[in-house]
Amino acid sequence: MHEIQALARLDAFFGQVTEQSEAQETEVVAGPDDNRDPLYNFGFIDEDSKREVRRKLLKAVAIPGHQVPFASRDLPIARGWGTGGLQVTLSLIEPHDRVKVIDQGDDDSVNAVNLRRLIQKTTGLSVTDDTLDATIIQTRHRIPEEVLREDQILVLQVPMADPLRWVEPALERATEMHAEADYGQMWVYMYESVVRSGDINISTQYPVMVEDRYMMDTSPIPRYDVMRLHMAETLYLFGAGREKRVYAIPPYTRIAPLQFEDYPFTTEHQSGQVCEKCGATDTFLTSYFLTGPQGGRWAYTCSDTSYCKKKRPEQGMKEEGMRDEG
Amino acid sequence: MRDEIKTSLADDRQATEKNSSSLIPHPSSLSSWVLKAENISKRYGPGCSYCAALTGPEHNTSQCRICGTVTACAALNFQLNQGQILGIVGESGSGKSTLMQIVNLSQRATTGQLWYREPATNGAGSEPLDLLAFDKFTSRAFRNERLGIVHQRPELGLNMNFTVGGNVAEKLLLARWRNVGRIRERTSQLMELTELPSQRIDDDPYTFSGGMLQRVQISKALSSHPALLLLDEVTSGLDVSVQARVLDLIKRLQWELKITMLLVSHDLGVIKQLASRTLVMKNGHIVESGLTDQILEDPQHPYTQLLVSSAL
Repeated sequence: MHEIQALARLDAFFGQVTEQSEAQETEVVAGPDDNRDPLYNFGFIDEDSKREVRRKLLKAVAIPGHQVPFASRDLPIARGWGTGGLQVTLSLIEPHDRVKVIDQGDDDSVNAVNLRRLIQKTTGLSVTDDTLDATIIQTRHRIPEEVLREDQILVLQVPMADPLRWVEPALERATEMHAEADYGQMWVYMYESVVRSGDINISTQYPVMVEDRYMMDTSPIPRYDVMRLHMAETLYLFGAGREKRVYAIPPYTRIAPLQFEDYPFTTEHQSGQVCEKCGATDTFLTSYFLTGPQGGRWAYTCSDTSYCKKKRPEQGMKEEGMRDEG
Repeated sequence: MRDEIKTSLADDRQATEKNSSSLIPHPSSLSSWVLKAENISKRYGPGCSYCAALTGPEHNTSQCRICGTVTACAALNFQLNQGQILGIVGESGSGKSTLMQIVNLSQRATTGQLWYREPATNGAGSEPLDLLAFDKFTSRAFRNERLGIVHQRPELGLNMNFTVGGNVAEKLLLARWRNVGRIRERTSQLMELTELPSQRIDDDPYTFSGGMLQRVQISKALSSHPALLLLDEVTSGLDVSVQARVLDLIKRLQWELKITMLLVSHDLGVIKQLASRTLVMKNGHIVESGLTDQILEDPQHPYTQLLVSSAL
């Protein structure tokens, strides 16, 4: 008899808990905006999977530069097209967030537009092009030009999570090498690149040491962006969906690129190159060929398009002002 | 009275003898040891209470017939003195290479202690370190800084995807050498020391002959000024003339650099040429140990007698 009563009490208790959690869930699922497709959960992925990603991200933040395996879920885009970054973004997104998605610094490239559309459709949130206005920025191959703040999160899509892949293709052995900080082979790889080509010939995915402990792949950001990870105010999260790994650089973390005394780490930036559109000389520029009657020429524009657009009216106003004065 | 004087004189003499004997150190304490193994055992398998009784040279097997456990090394004790070459001979499967791997800290011994003492010029030596108590991190650092190993097969010791120079440079890079110019200078020096053409520094290993690759391995092993050099069957698989050159090189290095070496071989000729002391192993046990000449000329154990008679 007592047992039955106890069981009834337990049932009542769990009933309340379930009701509460359901109520909480529906609250989250409802969101502030009803523009989202009601067929999908808020942020497409189910809440348990989101929670798993968040738990793995916490571990990644606790051990900067260490790759944490996670159960990469299927998404309506192909693996290798940003699924890692997208899962990180969708698991962190909340109804009050404003998201920005860029690809190679560009807000309007096909990949960025499609990812943004998916986030909008499944969350109903408003998106933005302004770097400073966004709370979560998902990016591929670039870090925005404007300095990010502490309250922002930058999510990078990573195609190849392990920097040791070039020297040790066996994942099990590479994991051991990370555990024992056995990076001799990678240093030989750097030495060989100097011997073979006269300089360090790694342009993107430049390997760095995080807090002098873990070697980390910086995802395919250019060398220009590598030192912007060092002692940054923002939380950087890296997601590799195909490889099922997440890793992170928390704010104010020391980053040191692999370099030699006589062959130091350099960026691609060349002096004398100016953005055709905004006149900036201190940004990462992309080149394209302009055809013309006399054979054409190479032109350069800012890779970060929203920054370039933002800078243009200022430049224009300055020019106008100068004209007025003249 | 006279008797009393006599006894007191005798006491004095005894006392002086005692004092003088305490002043002169024992010959064994004169030579400063670098490596000392105490009861090193290595078992592959769960082990049972019959293992010790059912394995060993008297049973002609190292595998227990009750539980199938292989006792590769059974309570081995030996000491390696500074500047000495200690040879280990034995048939295949006698536990030579397992012992080498234990000393190289790439295998963990099941039981026992392995003491290492940093060689010092004044003969005293530093505090002994128990190598088997090291964690993985410390083991790796110790292996990189204080040990050098030359494997039987070059593919085990070298990364065939890197150039010869890169392979030799690996230990320097691990020792935080960060200047490519200086690394190349040192690598060239090491290659010349081991009689390799230094102009082939950027060639791939597969373009080198077997004997040259062994010398590349020796260059790599010597790059970090090791206190202990481990040579695992360095001359097997090489033709006689190349063998002689490699042996000459090892002898010269030992003479010039005074490096302590542990030499594993199944070739008694190699042992005779290089090692001053020798251990003979069979089925995981040391069946005989002593001066190399003594062992070769007057073998005591039946197995050693067989080995010597079949070799000479």
